[in-house]
Amino acid sequence: MVLIYRGPIEVEALLSRWYGAERNGNYGAMVSFVGTVREEGGIEALSFDIYRPLLDKWFEGWRERLAEKGALLAMAHSEGDVPVHTSSFACAIFSPKRRLALEMLDAFVEDFKANAPIWKYDVIGGKRIYAAERSTPMAGSGLLAKG
Amino acid sequence: MVKVEFLGPIGKSPVEVDASTLADVAEILRRDPEVARWLEQSAVAVNDKMVETLDVKLKSGDRVSLLPPVCGG
Repeated sequence: MVLIYRGPIEVEALLSRWYGAERNGNYGAMVSFVGTVREEGGIEALSFDIYRPLLDKWFEGWRERLAEKGALLAMAHSEGDVPVHTSSFACAIFSPKRRLALEMLDAFVEDFKANAPIWKYDVIGGKRIYAAERSTPMAGSGLLAKG
Repeated sequence: MVKVEFLGPIGKSPVEVDASTLADVAEILRRDPEVARWLEQSAVAVNDKMVETLDVKLKSGDRVSLLPPVCGG
């Protein structure tokens, strides 16, 4: 299951917990990624909506894919407002050797951007504005426009 | 009745529609101007499973979700 934070992720505590939990698991590599909100375009924060049932299904698919390769996947994401210079996304892959973890992290984050059911908004002047131009239609989009 | 929910930025409350296939739902939603503009860009799930055909049969109590373009991270 994806760990969901209301607001920013407590990154230091989370990474420390992930590291501590798997340190004795005989994984030779832990590769982590943390996404931090940048100050740009006059935003105060980013804000996120999540559809949890499908996010968990999508994540479990990846977990199983990595488990088949002997690797472990962990992920956390924020819901609601995340101010600039705080973090909204963290993930880590533990694997016996580094190459697998490095490659799978890249593939996982790319697919996350395209297919995880999460919606992003800019917060400007206290208003929440959907980040339409940075968003990607999910696979199979447009089905209901047909016919 | 089939429940249709509109996720993320679509910002519309769920509606109940009389539909026996996903094609019926498509026809109903195309008539709603508030929703129609999202259809081209939205993916669809039935009972939390992504679907890619309008032939999906629906029964009372089923849930159809519209998922507009995403951007996590």
